[in-house]
Amino acid sequence: MNVEVKPLKTAAELALANTFAAVRDQLPGGGPVAALRDSAFRNFDARGLPHRRIEEWKYTDLRALMREAKPLAAPPDAAAKARAKAAPSPIGDVECRRIVFVNGAFVRELSDLGALETGLTIGSMAALLAKGDPLITQHLGKVVASDDPALALNTALMGDGAFVHVAAGAVVDRPLHLAFIGPDTAASVFARSLIVIERGARAMLIESHEGAGDADYQVNAALELVVGDEAHVDHVKLIGEGAKALHVSTLLAAIGAHARFNTFTFTTGGAVVRNQMFLRFDGVETVASIRGATLLQKRQHADTTLVVDHVAVGCQSRELFKSVLDGDSRAVFQGKIIVRPGAQKTDAKMMTQALLLSDRAEADNKPELEIFADDVQCGHGATAGALDPDLLFYLKSRGIPQKQAEALLIQSFVGEAIEGIEHAGLREILMEAVAAHLVARG
Amino acid sequence: MALLEIKNLHAEVDGKKILNGIDLVVEQGQLHAIMGPNGSGKSTLSYVLAGKPGYTVTEGQVLLDGEDLLAMEPDERAARGVFLAFQYPLEIPGVASMTFLRTALNAQRKRRGEPELSTPEFIKRVREVAGKLEIEQEMLRRAVNVGFSGGEKKRNEILQMTMLEPRLAIMDETDSGLDIDALRIVADGVNRLRAPERSMIVITHYQRLLNYIVPDVVHVLSKGRVVKTGGKELALELEARGYAQYQDEAAA
Repeated sequence: MNVEVKPLKTAAELALANTFAAVRDQLPGGGPVAALRDSAFRNFDARGLPHRRIEEWKYTDLRALMREAKPLAAPPDAAAKARAKAAPSPIGDVECRRIVFVNGAFVRELSDLGALETGLTIGSMAALLAKGDPLITQHLGKVVASDDPALALNTALMGDGAFVHVAAGAVVDRPLHLAFIGPDTAASVFARSLIVIERGARAMLIESHEGAGDADYQVNAALELVVGDEAHVDHVKLIGEGAKALHVSTLLAAIGAHARFNTFTFTTGGAVVRNQMFLRFDGVETVASIRGATLLQKRQHADTTLVVDHVAVGCQSRELFKSVLDGDSRAVFQGKIIVRPGAQKTDAKMMTQALLLSDRAEADNKPELEIFADDVQCGHGATAGALDPDLLFYLKSRGIPQKQAEALLIQSFVGEAIEGIEHAGLREILMEAVAAHLVARG
Repeated sequence: MALLEIKNLHAEVDGKKILNGIDLVVEQGQLHAIMGPNGSGKSTLSYVLAGKPGYTVTEGQVLLDGEDLLAMEPDERAARGVFLAFQYPLEIPGVASMTFLRTALNAQRKRRGEPELSTPEFIKRVREVAGKLEIEQEMLRRAVNVGFSGGEKKRNEILQMTMLEPRLAIMDETDSGLDIDALRIVADGVNRLRAPERSMIVITHYQRLLNYIVPDVVHVLSKGRVVKTGGKELALELEARGYAQYQDEAAA
């Protein structure tokens, strides 16, 4: 007999319910969007915050980690905009078109909207939701179906975010940098973005999430991405939230036929990070590289949860995730590859590796393969270990001091994942970020 | 003062005694050969001198220029001029040979208070040395030793040694796994480095290498002790008669 025990709601769950009731009528979007929000909230409310008995959230007990739900961040005032303007870019001087979101809200005056390439449209999600834009109605919440509770919460409370459309065949030369700058107070942000890259188009998207070091804020961001047939899309996501921040983000991507899709996530910031990716290969013979590097220290917790769903024939996906863990930090990797009955000739290989620099650090790896086709090549591997003492000795015996030798080995470890990024400038910036992180380690 | 003085050195690995009282003095400019059967402690001695973790010195001392070598970290020993050419050079994926060499060279120079070598200067020197050792330029751009053959790895060790210009070079079985052509290239590389201010210890199981690299002094190691010391003719005698007599002597 199964008895469903429904525990009392936590303070955070009650606060979220109150928030939703209070702001529901002011959130952007008319009838269909409001209905979507209501249904998403009911979905969330029925289950509450995900906790360790929910398999997908086993290692990141959000119910325990999120003691309280912060109030919704106010739209950015002049001071917040000035702060965002002054903040250094996490991608340095890499030539790009920077679109800025402060407290989740699109800030036109800080965004570079001049001389848009032919076929490129950039807009504010809030404005388009309010207007009931047909492209939004067509895709929102439908790119990849998921009943993930954190995503449901985002759908219920989504405020603003980016809308990007690249027309068929258009080539967007300049990388598009969506810079999300968090609140500097104990507030919460629910950003939602939709990016549609039509057939044969080419674009590079950089998504960064940064925030103030001392603010105890919460981010729940979601991005839906449509990659059309024969499109070539590079997506790089930098999670460099402030030290006290809680960051939950979801990437939902549907990828067409004969496309190329590369995504890379670089996680260095935030007290608690949950980065979830739900990717579906809808069209034949697409090639994808799905990579990530996570560098943690102190008590940081970062969870990468990946579901790669091969629906179509003959797609190739390569998954490589590396984490470097210092102090009392903990990295979680859950990677699931699904090969549907029709997805013959799928070639999917997943590897996850953790480097433990401290004996108190923890790495949890959970690879899963669900294969329903019989002519496929799939594999996964996972390793966790310390720096090789023999290699360290070899470097030291050549005169390289301990810390520098460690740094060299760590850079080479992380470098293998970073090498997958096609943009050379960005690769360099990230390698420099790794070096800077190692210097900060002391 | 001798460059290197080893006095009554006892060492163990994993609680197992390997060195049982080694005494050895290497003067500046000398080349010493250390020969001995497998398990006599040759490699252990080289690791103890280079400072490999896990090798515990239980008694005795080692002095470099009269200073306590054993108190120094491996990187400090390197900066003071100690270089060990490994019997089995390690592969370092993701670190290009060029980066590795330049990092090592500049770290040593920095510690000695010398200015860092400029990039063009460095590249010029590496190319020159690599050319003499018949190392392809392309190999320098690749990760250290990754995908190299045994012979290429050994030549790469000599390349590092040449670039780092040690005052005490220790070569652990540098001849093992080399065919005769590779052996000659390596030996020529070593001989080019012989200088009045540089001392060398060549560890080998076979006399063959010593036809090319002629030692000033030859020591026979057995069961963790030096059981015989002589001139270069001792190596020839060993080749003819084998190690059996010395193994008995050490056991007695």
